[in-house]
Amino acid sequence: MNERVAIVGVGWSGFRPHTPELSYKELMYEAAVQAYADAGVEPRRDVESFVTVAEDFYEGTSIFDEYVPDQLGAVLKPVHTIPGDGLHGLATAYMLVRTGQFQVVAVEGHSKASNILTLPHITAYAQDPVLNRPLRFNTNFVAGLEMNRYMYETGTTKEQCAEVVVKNRFNALKNPLASFGANLEIDDVLEGPVLSWPLGGRETSEYVDGAIVMVLASEDKARFLNDNPVWILGMGWCNGSSSLENRDWAATPYIEKSARMAYRQAGIPNPLSAIDIAEIDDTYAYKELQSLEALGFCDPSEAGPLTQEGFTSAQGDLPVNLSGGSLGLGHLLDATGLARALEIVLQLRFQAGSRQVEDVQIGLAQSWRGVPTTSTGVAILSN
Amino acid sequence: MSMRKVAVVGAGMTRFVRRAQETPKELTWQATRMALDSSEMTMDDIDAVCLGTAPDSFDGIHMKGEYLSDGAGGWQKPFIRSYVGGGTGVFVPIQGWYHVASGMFDTCLVVAEEKMSSYYPHAQAAFLTIFDHTTERPLKPNLLWIFALEMNRYMHTYGISKDDIALVSVQNKRNAANHPCALLGDADITVKDVLDSEVLAWPVQRLDVSPVSDGAVAIILAAEHVAKRLTDKPVWIEGVGWNLDTSYWANRDLAYPRYVEYAARMAYEMAGIKEPRKEINLVEPYDPFDYKALHHLEGLQLADRGQAPRLYIDGVAAPDGDMPVCPSGGLLGVGNPIAAAGLMKIAELFWQLRGEAGLRQVPGVPKRGLAQAWGDLMQVGTVVIMGR
Repeated sequence: MNERVAIVGVGWSGFRPHTPELSYKELMYEAAVQAYADAGVEPRRDVESFVTVAEDFYEGTSIFDEYVPDQLGAVLKPVHTIPGDGLHGLATAYMLVRTGQFQVVAVEGHSKASNILTLPHITAYAQDPVLNRPLRFNTNFVAGLEMNRYMYETGTTKEQCAEVVVKNRFNALKNPLASFGANLEIDDVLEGPVLSWPLGGRETSEYVDGAIVMVLASEDKARFLNDNPVWILGMGWCNGSSSLENRDWAATPYIEKSARMAYRQAGIPNPLSAIDIAEIDDTYAYKELQSLEALGFCDPSEAGPLTQEGFTSAQGDLPVNLSGGSLGLGHLLDATGLARALEIVLQLRFQAGSRQVEDVQIGLAQSWRGVPTTSTGVAILSN
Repeated sequence: MSMRKVAVVGAGMTRFVRRAQETPKELTWQATRMALDSSEMTMDDIDAVCLGTAPDSFDGIHMKGEYLSDGAGGWQKPFIRSYVGGGTGVFVPIQGWYHVASGMFDTCLVVAEEKMSSYYPHAQAAFLTIFDHTTERPLKPNLLWIFALEMNRYMHTYGISKDDIALVSVQNKRNAANHPCALLGDADITVKDVLDSEVLAWPVQRLDVSPVSDGAVAIILAAEHVAKRLTDKPVWIEGVGWNLDTSYWANRDLAYPRYVEYAARMAYEMAGIKEPRKEINLVEPYDPFDYKALHHLEGLQLADRGQAPRLYIDGVAAPDGDMPVCPSGGLLGVGNPIAAAGLMKIAELFWQLRGEAGLRQVPGVPKRGLAQAWGDLMQVGTVVIMGR
């Protein structure tokens, strides 16, 4: 077994709301070439297995793994798809290296959301076909229900949720990859259109196109390849109830369990003292607050006030979503978790440009697969 | 570097049927429950869950893995779905293997489900969406056509007759007559029946093809120290392999599945197998069409190129032969709910290697078996080797 595993290369392409000049294959190719150059590996010779994350309905192609090997340099190699978030893909690559059978594994995720003409119809197709679909729920409607319940349970206000948008989109101004950087006031957010009360349109991330590739290696190989490996200290993932009617809408045990699993592996009893920066799911603004609490960074109902006080701002004690998050960077479908992890990797390598945090040693990335799932992943990384 | 040993300790499967009344979630839970009962375990004993299921378009559910997760036992557990098209059924135990072999988990539940009947009137239409949207889909290709191309190429290259290929269908459907979950078992079928059946796309005829089906299968994997506590008869996963060829399938020589060869070589190397024809006692190659079993036996290096029909003609492949092939009845006999059909082959090895295969039990209780699946655009091979 390989006990320790490092991320030794990262590459990306995008992220932009539209990429008419590039196919999804070209997006993947650009990201892969950059990641392999970064890691110093030749994919046909050195990479022993490949993992991609994709969902058929997003791709408009059934059995999407058919269309991945060529542009990744993975023809006639062990390749498989994880229909999960990027962090599920990262966890898969992590496990493959840990078995001891593979020394170098690549993981890929992408979004070509601009190709999807009817995205709300696609996401609504994730609901139970017998019990829910006849009710014709819109995806954002379900998120509005959860936001309402979260606010009711914790006393979180709409202003506190809006503060997340202001913070993340302000952070995005310093990220050259971000499409939605802006210097907003709380009222700018609150005065936006309502999607499903209390959820506002400006508290919802917009989709972008892009691709991300990461190369993972065993400890021996990582030390040989790279001067700045980023170590995976822990990975956790968990599903709650996939049924809307069977879940406790006030609780997020899937996030708590994912975090506990990752903290246990990383040997972290107190996340707030151990972790320097976090990239947390903000598909919807309230999700960042809810996740902060479930990840154990603060008690329930504290995330809103802490955010207002600037605790999670770039200068705060725990900078959250320095990349801009999904609100600032854009939502990358199932590559979103890899985008969260990418920012942590760049920060831990001190390559984050003008948004670089000083003295950073441990970072956490977390993802959620969106409505109607209760599926989350957590990665803890260290330099 | 030592590898963590992983064993199969339990298995269960639903009947494979044309049109199940159960929802997809219910099918996964039925199989899961049977696998748990077979090893006297409960969900509390399960550390992680892996799910295999083929295109979302069959069940008509986006993120089908998330929908199925609680039915498959993935409630408040680490849960990931894996996917390599038709190869998924033999990939998902590989996914379970790396969950346990990585040291992250001691037990892992592996579930495969398919409900193809939701696609009305016939799942064949869903397969149109597997083709390249620009270059192929406008031609309105059909899976039967591309199998017909491949079968023709295979027959032409090696001079193989349809009579010899039909032996595979006959043997599998006869074997399946002894399988309590089978959809198309037939103890009395003959080569003439196959050759007289309706032509679908020459040279493919109706009885050359496995049926569209619904069903689910589950197995339970455990690390060595747990497996030895749970059962006196653990069946070890000795080698795994998988391999994906280029997307441009029309450029491939369809006479020989090189991707299956590469997957097999990976698994043989892991299992320390030098001479597979002597060391594999029992084989479950993927048989969605009868010629495919032959094609795959050659890719697996268990027959020379073009010589796989000899295994059937000489009786080597028979249930009482030297190397029984598809004693379960395979996809042609038991049915083909895509991912579940692949995992059914793993379950069959588990039962055969433990001597628990009932009327299908091959004589001599074999020591080592191999299961293989295939999928995508004539493109992916997945292989698992299991032994006592």
